[in-house]
Amino acid sequence: MPSLKDLKTRIESVKSTRKITKAMQMVAAAKLRRAQESAEMARPYTERFNHVMGKLAASVGDNESAPKLLRGTGEDNVHLLVVMTAERGLCGGFNSNIARLARQEAEKLLAAGKTVKVITVGKKGRDAIKRDLADKFIDHVDLTAVRNIGYSDAQSIAQNLLDRFDAGEFDVAKIFYSKFQNVVTQIPTMQQVIPADVEAEDGAEDDGAFYDFEPDEDAILRELLPRGVATAIFSGLLENGASEQGARMSAMDNATRNAGEMIDKLTIQFNRSRQAVITNELIEIISGAEAL
Amino acid sequence: MADTLQFDLVSPERLLASVEATEVQIPGAEGDMTAMPDHAPLITTLRPGILKVMSAGGDAEYVVTGGFAEINAGSISVLAEQAVPRDEITQEMFKSMIDAATDRLAKTQDAYENEPGPVDEAAKLLADMVAMGDEIGLSAN
Repeated sequence: MPSLKDLKTRIESVKSTRKITKAMQMVAAAKLRRAQESAEMARPYTERFNHVMGKLAASVGDNESAPKLLRGTGEDNVHLLVVMTAERGLCGGFNSNIARLARQEAEKLLAAGKTVKVITVGKKGRDAIKRDLADKFIDHVDLTAVRNIGYSDAQSIAQNLLDRFDAGEFDVAKIFYSKFQNVVTQIPTMQQVIPADVEAEDGAEDDGAFYDFEPDEDAILRELLPRGVATAIFSGLLENGASEQGARMSAMDNATRNAGEMIDKLTIQFNRSRQAVITNELIEIISGAEAL
Repeated sequence: MADTLQFDLVSPERLLASVEATEVQIPGAEGDMTAMPDHAPLITTLRPGILKVMSAGGDAEYVVTGGFAEINAGSISVLAEQAVPRDEITQEMFKSMIDAATDRLAKTQDAYENEPGPVDEAAKLLADMVAMGDEIGLSAN
């Protein structure tokens, strides 16, 4: 049975924990709004981009001369997994869900006899990956210093990927991130970025319009495809940002609630033991008085 | 025939403009072009330059550094790599664009010593950038 003093300190400590989690929840809520806004603002670009890509892909078809970024290297041996997670923890299952999806994919690929390489973005993912796939880990991108994710951050990651692709380091690249659905649901997602995973769109929706291209399809594709990688990474990063804050918000909300429940429980225990002490003292006094 | 077309200017970070325009001047990679309603479907890449939008609510000008445009009979979507309203561009912003282009030229020169193609492209990008600066009255240095 803990003493009254012990109970009191515990209640105090849980109370201050609750204050911290409450504050974190509110900070996350504020940040979530911003992150969500920027994710939404980036959406039109991504949508239109994919639309144009679809048109181009339809027009180029399975042409032999199509750039490697679209067609692939023709092989499927080395897979590069880009695992994008948060820089910070305390956001529920957010980081571990992404890491788990990546791990499952890695295991599947390894079982199929493929070679797997991993690049991580975000400290938490690196920690998780280093534990399980240490020998597959090749690079890490640090975004700790970045406060607001900008397109240039995505571009530099994309450039890193493209350089490796040009050097023939891998055949297929996939990115892992968490898609933001709402505050309580974030879906860990895998997306293939190299070779570009475009759905060829036929022109039906635009009255079968055929596009002219200036300069020509190949030149446009050469410009577009690297940009497509950056765009996919950028939207992944933004979704991740919103998901992280959402996950943190609900995790901290839970923590705050748990702390509240614990305080209630401890307070009851505290009151009971105080009452027990008082009763004990009374009994002593009364029995002392009776003995006289 | 409709006398306006839906014009959207988007950069990766946000939607900059979405208006009903009567006429849009686009700095295409192979030359400037003006798109009016009922234009033939076209996809073109952009060079650094100035994008002009004429609409009933007045004209607007944007500085774009590249990207591409999709033109349809009734709509134009410009997907710019970087786009800034012309009034908001400052000497510092312009300088950083120039620096990025200069950097890129230096890097491609290193990377493709014996291939003129990519080097020429990077040099053209820088030259376009400087020309654009002249047009809006900002110096490249």
